[in-house]
Amino acid sequence: MTTHDTSTEAPSEEQIRQMTPEEAMIAGAAIDGVHIVHHRNRFPIPGTKAEKRAERAVALSFTISALAGVAFVVYFCAGKWKWHLPGSPQTFQYYTPVLGGTLAAMMLFLGVGLVLWAKLLMPEEETIQDRHDVPSTPEDKLFAEATLVAGLEDTGLPRRGLILRTMGLAIGAVATVPLVALVGGMIKKPGTQLLHTMYKPDPDMFPDTGGMVPIVDEFWNWIGPDTLEPGGLATVFPGVRKKNQYGYDGLTDASSPTLLIRLRPGQKVKARKGQAHFGWPANNPEYLAFSKICTHAGCPASLYEQQTSRLLCPCHQSQFEVLEDAKPVFGPATRSLPKLPIKVVTDKNGAQRFVAADDFDEAIGPGFWERR
Amino acid sequence: MTTTTVPPRRSDEPRTPQGKAGKFFDDRLNLAKPLRVQLNKVFPDHWSFMMGEIALYSFIILLLTGTYLTFFFDPSMVETVYPKNGTYVPMRGITMSRAYESTLNITFDVRGGLVVRQIHHWAALLFVAAMLVHMCRVFFTGAFRKPRELNWLIGLSLIALGIIEGFVGYSLPDDLLSGTGLRIAYSIVLSIPVVGTWLAFLVFGGPFPGDVIIGRFYIAHVLLIPGILLLLISAHLALIVRQKHTEFPGPGRSEHTVSGERVFPLYAAKAGGFFFIVFGVCAALGGLAQINPVWLFGPYQPAAVSSGSQPDWYMMFLDGSTRLFPSWEIRLWHHTLPPLFWPTVVLPGILFTLAGAYPFIEAKMTNDRGKHNLLQRPRDVPVRTALGCMALTFYMVLFLSGGNDIIAKAFDISLNAMTWGGRIALLVLPPIAYLVGYRVCLGLQRHDREVLEHGIETGIIKMLPSGEYIEVHQPIGPTDEHGHGQLSYGGRPVPKRMNQLGAASPLSQIRGFFYPVKEKPEIQAALDELEQREHGDVETAEGPKQLTD
Repeated sequence: MTTHDTSTEAPSEEQIRQMTPEEAMIAGAAIDGVHIVHHRNRFPIPGTKAEKRAERAVALSFTISALAGVAFVVYFCAGKWKWHLPGSPQTFQYYTPVLGGTLAAMMLFLGVGLVLWAKLLMPEEETIQDRHDVPSTPEDKLFAEATLVAGLEDTGLPRRGLILRTMGLAIGAVATVPLVALVGGMIKKPGTQLLHTMYKPDPDMFPDTGGMVPIVDEFWNWIGPDTLEPGGLATVFPGVRKKNQYGYDGLTDASSPTLLIRLRPGQKVKARKGQAHFGWPANNPEYLAFSKICTHAGCPASLYEQQTSRLLCPCHQSQFEVLEDAKPVFGPATRSLPKLPIKVVTDKNGAQRFVAADDFDEAIGPGFWERR
Repeated sequence: MTTTTVPPRRSDEPRTPQGKAGKFFDDRLNLAKPLRVQLNKVFPDHWSFMMGEIALYSFIILLLTGTYLTFFFDPSMVETVYPKNGTYVPMRGITMSRAYESTLNITFDVRGGLVVRQIHHWAALLFVAAMLVHMCRVFFTGAFRKPRELNWLIGLSLIALGIIEGFVGYSLPDDLLSGTGLRIAYSIVLSIPVVGTWLAFLVFGGPFPGDVIIGRFYIAHVLLIPGILLLLISAHLALIVRQKHTEFPGPGRSEHTVSGERVFPLYAAKAGGFFFIVFGVCAALGGLAQINPVWLFGPYQPAAVSSGSQPDWYMMFLDGSTRLFPSWEIRLWHHTLPPLFWPTVVLPGILFTLAGAYPFIEAKMTNDRGKHNLLQRPRDVPVRTALGCMALTFYMVLFLSGGNDIIAKAFDISLNAMTWGGRIALLVLPPIAYLVGYRVCLGLQRHDREVLEHGIETGIIKMLPSGEYIEVHQPIGPTDEHGHGQLSYGGRPVPKRMNQLGAASPLSQIRGFFYPVKEKPEIQAALDELEQREHGDVETAEGPKQLTD
């Protein structure tokens, strides 16, 4: 085996004291197997213009860095920074760019100065260091192995199976308990929460409609058939003002968003089995309501193209054909958007208003294991 | 002990300020030797070794700017109304979470808050990007081989955690864009078979969005994940110190040494300078390039989404896989396995497992049990390089598909054609990339050998007496009687142009920007003399090299 460890004999203290710092540094490095094979002053002749140029370049970088820092502080304190409406002076617009620019100049020129200093002025060097990654000697390996084996012998574990097994149980308990405590504290039973939305009829809350939930727009206005032009579409919500246990009401709950679509005259819907009467009027639906939550990943499927009567989800481009009861026709979604059964009732003033006849008859949104 | 023979000397005391300062610590900690060893540690110098440094420095920038942001951010989902006299007029009176409101306040009501927020976001993008490029460097040069498989695994964990940390971080402002992403993440958890629903409820504390997720993500983002990242980065660096850096082969280099510059002063100055340069670039981006303008998106509402919703770049390959995967839902025994599960849980699982196993697979396939400290040029290991090209192509197709709606709009292509194109490209392009990568490697290898044997093409055309035209070649080493080079390939770049042999125009030696710098005559004379001493003998000894055909 060739040894690359060419460490030299260490010089004595007295010898080191006689050395220049550079000589002593080289000798010290050599002891660690660090060999400076090339170490050359870049400017052996003092006073050259080239050296002064290099020095000036470094000093200039540091100076610009310092000035940029000053500029940052000045602009930070004195710059206009409060946002104003378009139309009024937009001087605040310069605040962030100027801060970022001066900060960048301060950092960049400090960094450039350091690198220039190292590359232009400091002596060039080529150093070779021994890796010292010779494998452990057979003796060392045997010693270590024996220490492990002997230690294990001392514990008696190989012979005492009972202790080994019971200790395994105890360690298992110690590892499990924090996990159980943490997970147990965080666990929530899904139950049927994913199967219902706020459209679920509630006779206590809505006695006037027989429990059926009013359908409202984003400003809580109870909407009726006159709200939409033919071919129009609106995002509607269950008109439930009472907040649920998580603090969300009909407008803000994530399961609520619903699309109410008014077909153009002459458009016919190929309804899914058992859902032909879910629209309004029930015998020949002109109005349809679908959950807006995409059945793929839960984004709102909100882009409606009137000409092709397709709904597009902007997240992963699933496309749903409204005239086939929002059946997916392209993209990664598998299931149709759930259809909300709607009805029209007459309110106190005699106006026609939409209500949800019942909750969706399936879970809205993306699929999950328990879903049939 | 007596010191009768050696009288007490003042010279026992350190003579330099450095020595005096060092004495204070050495008296207490015995640091003299370890300090010397560390200051003399050698780092090799190659541009590709700076990718990991960029990742490290951007992590430090993230810690600094992130700490600043915590002083102002309120990770609360409590509903609030943006005040009627709030600074940002378009949001006045709008219902939002405290998290979103405090993000608006950092943007509009904290001096310099916006620039720090944007530096933080840019540094996060840079962090993951630098890690990924660093990983490519390590892969294509074979730096992951024994004995460095452990560091490869640590690095891979850092990338996975970095991606998660980034996603969790940009979910915190609770704006419309991040809320959309959060809902997709919830749907992904929900799609896991058997435990999905329970797991989603466990993380979110109820059906999406619940009322705890921002608070939980916050502590994960500022404590848990950065803590693990810090530990892993420390382990990563400790292993580098222990095993020392790899380097490319070259003259005087061997498996048993590492060559370069010592930590003090050259490497310290360069690396320190590089930190400030990275910080400067992040600051410039944070100040000049707007990123994630959450005030334009508005607070999260489950009913709203904007078209062209894109996640941060490192999530886009998963977004792409989700867009491309067909609508294959499995329904069995009254249970559902949603299509979302495959491209978002199974696919990244496979990708990271393959990447983690690769060093061991390669060692097994090539039957290579040896330790390697010298790197390989990608062209010299065509199979690995081609596999890397294949993996990168697969990744790029997914990445571009993550923005296929933007591409479709920008180039007026049908969206459905983009999706189908992506599906086909994902299966067809990677094998093609393998073949192309393999052939390119072989071609480059052959050209290296050709130059070694026949010399560099000089571009000089010579007409022989017979009328034949030939190009003059410059051999790069000693030649045999036929003019063929005798140097063998050494696993390092072969010069391909005359400039690389030092045959550049003498004009390139002239210093000065506006006019040539002229030294004083006496200094010039000294320089000439030095030049003569250092190089003069060498040239006469070897003599000018012969040009051959």
